[in-house]
Amino acid sequence: MEIKVVDARGLACPLPVVNAKKATAELKQGGKVSVLVDNEIAVQNLQKFAKQKVYECMAKKLAPQEYEVTMIVEVKKSVEETEDVTKVVTEKIDMGVRRSNEDEKTPTCQPDIRKKGMVVVLSGNVCGTGEEKLGKALMKAFVFALTKQDQLPETILCYNTGAYLTCEGADTLEDMKSLEAEGVKILTCGTCLDFYGLKEKLVVGSVTNMYEMVETMEQAQNIISP
Amino acid sequence: MSEILFCKGGGCTAKLGAGVLSHVLELLPKPEKDENLLIGYDSKDDAAVYRLTENLAMVQTLDFFPPMIEDPYLFGKIAAANALSDIFAMGGEVKTALNIVCFPESMDLNILGEIMRGGSEKVIEAGGSLVGGHSIADESVKYGLSVTGVVNPKKMWANNQGKVGDKLILTKKLGVGIICSANRIGEASKEALQEAITSMITLNKQAAEIAKKYEIHAATDVTGFGFLGHLHEMMDGKLSCRIISKEVPILNEALVYADEFYLTAAAQKNRNYVEEFVHFENISFAMEEVLLDPQTSGGLLLAVEANDAMAMVREMREAGLPAVMVGEITEKKDVEIWVE
Repeated sequence: MEIKVVDARGLACPLPVVNAKKATAELKQGGKVSVLVDNEIAVQNLQKFAKQKVYECMAKKLAPQEYEVTMIVEVKKSVEETEDVTKVVTEKIDMGVRRSNEDEKTPTCQPDIRKKGMVVVLSGNVCGTGEEKLGKALMKAFVFALTKQDQLPETILCYNTGAYLTCEGADTLEDMKSLEAEGVKILTCGTCLDFYGLKEKLVVGSVTNMYEMVETMEQAQNIISP
Repeated sequence: MSEILFCKGGGCTAKLGAGVLSHVLELLPKPEKDENLLIGYDSKDDAAVYRLTENLAMVQTLDFFPPMIEDPYLFGKIAAANALSDIFAMGGEVKTALNIVCFPESMDLNILGEIMRGGSEKVIEAGGSLVGGHSIADESVKYGLSVTGVVNPKKMWANNQGKVGDKLILTKKLGVGIICSANRIGEASKEALQEAITSMITLNKQAAEIAKKYEIHAATDVTGFGFLGHLHEMMDGKLSCRIISKEVPILNEALVYADEFYLTAAAQKNRNYVEEFVHFENISFAMEEVLLDPQTSGGLLLAVEANDAMAMVREMREAGLPAVMVGEITEKKDVEIWVE
């Protein structure tokens, strides 16, 4: 059974439910979504959501300001039990880095800082042309700088060797995760993952195809490509 | 330099839950009874009325909160309209107002200027004078007003003097909390947000002026505790009521966003506070959420003499207010608030 973990600690309503909803929607084959939150009201809102969706739902208190709400998303079609893959997606927002001035004990609503129609295209795992070592360092710096902008992109597209940036072992992973936690849609080319043998190693975002990539770029208001 | 956010989830969604608050208020020492204190905190009004002479009483109230939208000028207007509303909800007139300001020292002062410009415009529109204020350097922005008004104590409206048979009138649409919540995560349409803002910056002055021509038994403004929370306070353990949900005026798309689960924490707190008093008869989830949605600068909820209700609603609608008759007060029953 596929299990998704959504870490919504430090996030104010409606984000825990919105992120949980996103995670359940991704479970095409059914599975389990485990949501971590830091207050009881968020637990109740998640339970309300689960009740509406008719998901079996359990809540438990792990620590004074830590709760886990688990929802079982029923399998809609037949599932090949042999192909049981356990994938853990952790959406972790590093409050200490991004919101250093905020009191972490009082969860507050963060405004949505994504800019509609802004698309970042990462067509390789290096930034610019030249020495590969420098290119990689620049790419890491680019993704980090992205997280620090006042406005975040709506979507990030990764293709060709850009696919490495969202996969296990990449030094851009933490920043990609924090972008994803802010609601940035991160899409990696499926053909490219296949080609480089990264299919099982994708950690952030979801898989896309050429059709969706073309459409995303077509509808973009501005495209940023380092 | 560390980043300071302007809008972090404000408005009346930032209010403490009513349940939590009652626990604290119950424990406060009660002062000696002063017969001139007509409304104080032994009732659940959020304003105080003190009688000065036979026909003149002073009304005091204050309200402030963090921004719920990005535009500082509009936020100033909303915060002021919200704070001024308590005076109108008593049937009073606004006389003076003082600014309450929390603002980060490192933030652009032009933003503060815009907030206060919006606020002072609303005080003037309310018929009062902005005469000063107090500012605190704080980590995040908060703004509001302390307002003083006057009312004839013989004619003022309490929030708990409704009578069996009264019709319940709501003068603004519900759903601003849900729409602001959707907006915070970038999911509200421009039109929905605009409609919500227009509603929030509208003073309850005109609604109150029209209502004064009719026999009002009880009045309150619908704010942080949501429609059902304020209705529960109006029933005050002595009365019950029947609400016709299809009559309840709702902002465009609020129901859609509720179905998308763009839910506030405050609405859930309101649910916890009020659910034991409410029965929902075949009510959709989205409608329940809207009825519990915390309203920033919400409308007046009026209990009016049944014979006056139709004429008052008509007059309000002719004046461009979205006033609707949403139900009626009954004698006390097992279920305090019956929603159908």
